[in-house]
Amino acid sequence: MKILVAVKRVIDYNVQIRVKEDGTGVVTDNVKMSTNPPDDNAIEEAVKIKESGKATEVVAITVGQQKAQETVRKALAVGADRGIHVKVDGILEPLAVSKILQKIVDKEKPDLVFMGKQAIDDDCNQTGQMLSALLNWPQATFASKIDVKDNKLEVTREIDEGLETIEINVPAIVTCDLRLNEPRYASLPNIMKAKKKPIEEIVASDLGVDVSPRLEQIKVEEPPKRKAGIKVANVAELVQKLKNEAKVI
Amino acid sequence: MAVLLIAEHNNKDLRPFTLNAATAASQIDPDVHAVIIGQNTAEATKQLSELPLVKKVLSVEAAHYENFTAENFTPVIVKLAENYSHIVCSANTFGKNLMPRIAAHLDTSQVSDIIKVISPDTFLRPIYAGNAFATIKSNDAKKCVTIRPTSFDPCETTGGSAPIEKIDAGEEFSNTKFVKREEIKSDRPELGTARIVVSGGRGMQSGDNFKLITEIADKLGAAIGASRAAVDAGYISNDHQVGQTGKVVVPDLYIAIGISGAIQHLAGMKESKVIVAINKDGEAPIFSVADYGLEADLFEAVPQFMEELNKLNTIQK
Repeated sequence: MKILVAVKRVIDYNVQIRVKEDGTGVVTDNVKMSTNPPDDNAIEEAVKIKESGKATEVVAITVGQQKAQETVRKALAVGADRGIHVKVDGILEPLAVSKILQKIVDKEKPDLVFMGKQAIDDDCNQTGQMLSALLNWPQATFASKIDVKDNKLEVTREIDEGLETIEINVPAIVTCDLRLNEPRYASLPNIMKAKKKPIEEIVASDLGVDVSPRLEQIKVEEPPKRKAGIKVANVAELVQKLKNEAKVI
Repeated sequence: MAVLLIAEHNNKDLRPFTLNAATAASQIDPDVHAVIIGQNTAEATKQLSELPLVKKVLSVEAAHYENFTAENFTPVIVKLAENYSHIVCSANTFGKNLMPRIAAHLDTSQVSDIIKVISPDTFLRPIYAGNAFATIKSNDAKKCVTIRPTSFDPCETTGGSAPIEKIDAGEEFSNTKFVKREEIKSDRPELGTARIVVSGGRGMQSGDNFKLITEIADKLGAAIGASRAAVDAGYISNDHQVGQTGKVVVPDLYIAIGISGAIQHLAGMKESKVIVAINKDGEAPIFSVADYGLEADLFEAVPQFMEELNKLNTIQK
């Protein structure tokens, strides 16, 4: 079984986001970037499946500018076998990314495609579902547990009401929740070894995919600030404020 | 062309966020039609037809719709979409799972999780876990939009009498099989719609200590929430998680106990009307969004809070 894992480079989750004064976006210059957190879970799960003997190859792919290759390199350092970097300038919408991934799937013929359930930059939560639509494959979104059984997966999904379990036939798409596993750290020797693993570079425009934007970002602004609150001295004052001032209890 | 609302239900009743999604749909275009796909949905279909905002109901029933599998729902909605300018549903796990699959089939770029309808093609949506708001204009002919339920008021539920049209079912997608659903049953209000939410974080130190939270929640008729740290530590199940990767809640009162206020938690609760934080670390980021902050050891403060609540003659529920 071959697993393709898509990873995205985003602003690190610990960075306090600042909106650009001209309203064109958020500040990314000199800001720490990392792999989108649930994409780390996707890589971890693929590597674990390979280590259990149920997969033969893990291929990491990213779509983005030159520096996005760091995320593929990181995936190689934690156990992916080789990488693919589809180079593109500018920001692509999830629809465009899923069309690019479709082309790569046609070429690589993986049995499974994993990725994070959502990117923490645009918070779209679309790419996995769109890719499975384009391929007409089953989709298991928000996965918190994956059991590989021959040519099937049993996947536990996190839904609002609790947990749902589905069984999907391979080939399939899985989008990963943060609770799926605990991503490992790359050891120094593995980071060194990863430098020798191959990353194939593909120019997006060579794939013959229409990636033109359909959405216009008119402006980006700061969310309204909450007015400053107060500190209360003790519990009695807190209850009194909630009762008489805020009138919520 | 009208707007097509995808109703969410449990085959018996409409699920509450359908009412918020109907409000958002009507702000895009007052001509709202609603499709309900399921099995034995007569009662839920009737409820849908009684929403005054809904002008027409399309009902699709078959056994393979019983478990709301996106792979089965998609072809039906894609076919219906010919007659609509917009497809709308909630941005909860139901809509998040379903809508992108529809959008890809329609070759349209979805606008996810909107919090405001600015015009029929322009929407406001949070990005970066709510740390920025983006105004997005869609240039696609057909628009797929998911709405953040807590940003729109639920619509009226009575007084309407929309005609119900039966639509033929589509084929079953054979590569996805439903196995089971483990719903967490509770007498408490649902976290996403509760008027009061009492949440615990890593500061609770154990699952047992969550009984302090439970007592307060019982007293106030509140839902119980938790930070990701508390869920990851195994203190409480994941369906209680509030935050960027959990549920977004907008209650009248949010009480954060032993929660430091990581960015991703704040994203899920900072729109609450009144926020209370009880934390022994006076520098904790949660205090930056709290209307009332109490810097105290929760193991002393929470039992006192319970005593004070017990002294009150009346409590709004």
